[in-house]
Amino acid sequence: MKRLLALGAVVLTTAALAWAGSDAQPKSSGAPKPAITKAVKGERCVEDNDYMRRNHMKVLDHHRDETVLEGIRTKKYSLKECINCHASEKTGSVAAAKEDFCVSCHSYAAVKIDCFDCHSTKPQGSIAMHPLNAENTHYKHKLAAQANSKVSAEEMAGVAQ
Amino acid sequence: MSELKPMSDNTPSSPERRRFVGAATATAAGLTIAPGVMLYEVAHGRSEDQPASSAVRWGMLVDATKCATGCDDCVTACSTENGWTPVAESKHPKQAPQWIRKLELQDPLTQMETNLPMMCQHCAEPPCVDVCPTGASFKRADGIVLVNRHTCIGCRYCMMACPYKARSLVHEPLNDTQKPDVPRGIGCVESCTLCVQKVDRGDGNTACAEACTAAGHNALLFGDMNDPESEISRRLRELPTKQVRADLNLNLGVRYHGI
Ligand code: SF4
Ligand code: SF4
Repeated sequence: MKRLLALGAVVLTTAALAWAGSDAQPKSSGAPKPAITKAVKGERCVEDNDYMRRNHMKVLDHHRDETVLEGIRTKKYSLKECINCHASEKTGSVAAAKEDFCVSCHSYAAVKIDCFDCHSTKPQGSIAMHPLNAENTHYKHKLAAQANSKVSAEEMAGVAQ
Repeated sequence: MSELKPMSDNTPSSPERRRFVGAATATAAGLTIAPGVMLYEVAHGRSEDQPASSAVRWGMLVDATKCATGCDDCVTACSTENGWTPVAESKHPKQAPQWIRKLELQDPLTQMETNLPMMCQHCAEPPCVDVCPTGASFKRADGIVLVNRHTCIGCRYCMMACPYKARSLVHEPLNDTQKPDVPRGIGCVESCTLCVQKVDRGDGNTACAEACTAAGHNALLFGDMNDPESEISRRLRELPTKQVRADLNLNLGVRYHGI
């Protein structure tokens, strides 16, 4: 059922985006575009952005079964590692505020997140304490992270398809 | 049920090999640069990409003769490690989750007092697994009985099936108070996990046993009951121990001495 709803939402979003994107129409002021903040830690995601935007749940679900049932604790595709990288510098969380990484897209796409009913939205310890977040490491990357990249409607529509 | 691997699935590694791994670990542990700073990480037993193996059976020996009256350090340590609110601090103590509780018993005839902690006994034949309609309650290859919260529907059959009252349902939203290592949440049943996050990290001990040792009581001993060389196996060979409700024939992972 949840799948269906999500699919419905995706179809609607796509339709809305297609409409908003067409030149003949005045730009819709509708839903604010998700602000996708670059991860504070790390240079790049475990997969291409495009792949992750579409398939993050596929890889997370697979990894979750291996971890819970068999005790395999590899870092790639582990939700905990996603959170370690993507927790916002302001809130220290991926889902505490509207602009936080997970919420930002999910509220735009109107897909409810259940993960954080059970999972912590914050990395272990304070992120400021993390060795990789110490003052000078990845400084360039931090600067880049401050400049929020607004995702274009086309990009978002691409994800939705 | 695909997740319930028969015990024979994995070929057990030979005791010789295990002994060798143990010796290697002891040597490597000597390479500590400063307290808490290791030259390199030592994997105790298994690396993070290895699944839990049925060559191991984690278990606990409780020495009730050493368990102290009035002490509940094990309970506090468990709640701190696993992030559940201590019952005394809960708004609804009657329905607050308890992964481990301290029991003080008295023989009505002789007045003799017995102290012991009670938690999930990690049955080899767990009734909680038998009754679960979704397969959420399961036993891992290394004997740890867990709830897969992704499939638990909160029906609480397992709570009723458990002879030890070891399980609790989370009734309230936890509002992001969980530990990153210990996901838990509303509508799901939970119980002692033998600190599975610590076991998988290679700590080789549980929070309760660590706290008991730190308090100087040494009433809790955690270890691999399949390894004849382990401290727990040695003690189980020497001490008379009992399983609680042994008549149920569940082959418990938690054994008691002095009850
Ligand atoms: S003690 Fe209870 S919860 Fe633990 S394995 Fe046995 S039946 Fe299941
Ligand atoms: S409460 Fe969850 S784990 Fe227990 S029997 Fe029901 S579905 Fe299974």
